[in-house]
Amino acid sequence: MTEAVVTEGTRKSGAHLLEVESLVKEFGLRRGLAERIARKEVAPHRAVDDVSFALDRGEILGIAGGSGSGKTTLARCLIRLIEPDGGAVRVDGIDIRAHKGAELRELRRRMQMVFQDPYASLNPRMTVGAALHEAGRVHDRPGAANEAAFVSRLLGLVQLTDRIASRKPRELSGGQRQRVSIARALAVDPELIIADEAVSALDVSVQAQLLNLFLDLREELGVAVLFISHQLAVIAEVADRIAVMRKGRIVETGPTQEVFAHPKDEYTRALLRAHPHPDPRMRFAA
Amino acid sequence: MTPPLLEIEALRIEFPGEDGQLVAVKGVDLAVEPGEVVGLVGESGSGKSLTCRAVMRMVPEPGSIAAGAVRFDGQDVMALDKKRLRDFRAHSVGMIYQNPFGSLNPVLRVGAQIAETLKVNRGMGREAARKEAVALLDRVGIEDPERRYRAYPHELSGGMCQRVMIAIATASSPRLMLADEPTTALDVTTQAQILKLLAQMRAEEGMAMLLVSHDFGVIAQACDRVAVMYGGHIVETGPVETIYHEPEHPYTRALLNSVPELDSAGNVRRRAALAGHPPELSEVIPGCVFAPRCEHARQDCAGIAMRLERVGPDHESACPVRPYAGAGARGAAKAARVEA
Repeated sequence: MTEAVVTEGTRKSGAHLLEVESLVKEFGLRRGLAERIARKEVAPHRAVDDVSFALDRGEILGIAGGSGSGKTTLARCLIRLIEPDGGAVRVDGIDIRAHKGAELRELRRRMQMVFQDPYASLNPRMTVGAALHEAGRVHDRPGAANEAAFVSRLLGLVQLTDRIASRKPRELSGGQRQRVSIARALAVDPELIIADEAVSALDVSVQAQLLNLFLDLREELGVAVLFISHQLAVIAEVADRIAVMRKGRIVETGPTQEVFAHPKDEYTRALLRAHPHPDPRMRFAA
Repeated sequence: MTPPLLEIEALRIEFPGEDGQLVAVKGVDLAVEPGEVVGLVGESGSGKSLTCRAVMRMVPEPGSIAAGAVRFDGQDVMALDKKRLRDFRAHSVGMIYQNPFGSLNPVLRVGAQIAETLKVNRGMGREAARKEAVALLDRVGIEDPERRYRAYPHELSGGMCQRVMIAIATASSPRLMLADEPTTALDVTTQAQILKLLAQMRAEEGMAMLLVSHDFGVIAQACDRVAVMYGGHIVETGPVETIYHEPEHPYTRALLNSVPELDSAGNVRRRAALAGHPPELSEVIPGCVFAPRCEHARQDCAGIAMRLERVGPDHESACPVRPYAGAGARGAAKAARVEA
């Protein structure tokens, strides 16, 4: 494990940084004509079905699964972007579902999300510097009073030069934009970053840089990462542990190496078998 | 020696820009032999998709083929008149795209869309076309083809829609399939099925294929030969095994070193990542397009012409510096990953 710099002040003894217990999210389905005539109820779709896991400080947990497996819904439930229907999400032992207002805002500050499309998550009319500073100011972060120094430190963390501060998102490349999204998340000193397909839209050469960046941030800041990806190989590059999701459930979880070497669940095995290995000698059996 | 099935020569594709033409494809030479599967791999903006589309003269507006030749089976595709171009597109080549939903008509049943192709392209009657369409659905691995014939695209999964597209593309038994990122929008398990299906069609029909992908994994699974594109040029080409194990061009090496691998599990450490990003269309880079990102760049790299030179059997590279000549297998490169 990496020796993480732990912010001792906020820590409660014994509690994991993030603890998810029996989390459930259901989406009601519209009744079709046949059901309405027959006055039949339609069972809701369980997008997240009894999901439990824990994440420690400085840890990187990969969440894998195909489309529709509930990865993104799970991520959104964690910060209550969508309201879970059951279960608990605890940050340092504090249940996020039991709080609102300022307390909820503080809990959300500690868990920041980075999305797949940085173009959609950055304000196109704001310069990078202004966007980063705003985040710090809203949450009243130490150092935010001095805008230039605050922005410069953040850009440094994501390995961008200070010149970027005066640019607008459209003037940046995809990789630079995603670095800015990460810097914006870091502006509020989070303890956990939820990265939802954060490197999936990038070219592989840029993707490798961003994966390195997540490892650097974990080492420098001790930040934990919930790393969601549909690509097992990407998770292999960064995650200590992996949880494989299928149809809203975690079907298998464990240290990444162990799960990949000895997958127990049939779905995990199917995913691994389907991985297109870049070595032509490792082609699928025809 | 028989001539190649497809021959692209000095292809140049331009887009109008604010100050003059922007060149997206800058003189590409490529050949596909009958029955051969050739991959075009590269990052965004490398020109791989445009090169693929140029084969059918389907470069999206306002782009245009400014120079170069495309020959199919010896005939000059650039010189075809409207009617013959239509015939060529209908019978000689099939094409599948990244987004199968976007290529199917959402208000027509999929069976009718396959049957339409058969009626127009092969002059079949209604009943014959229906029967053949069901047979095609069956051949591309769709279960219960009679019932699926009557389905609308939205009732099918992405993988099934792509199978329908493959059925349409292969309806007139083309000798060449153009596949532009055919599995990129699909789940990894579905991707594997589609790749297997394409391999099977190739084995049964002897169909050649030009496969465009950003994912070297997909290329490695399907191709005999691969051309690596960067900034509008082919920088290296050769048998897929050679390119993976003994790449010559510094870009190819860097690209392959960036590909995430399952073997990294439990061994989390930083990769020797390439700095910077692929060039934008508006960037004009003199000499070698890769030089600004290349760790082996020399002063004269800004003055070289991007020209593929033979470096081994059926293996060409556009790098005259050749820093990896005789370096052997890339295994050493993996070990060179920066220690955490």
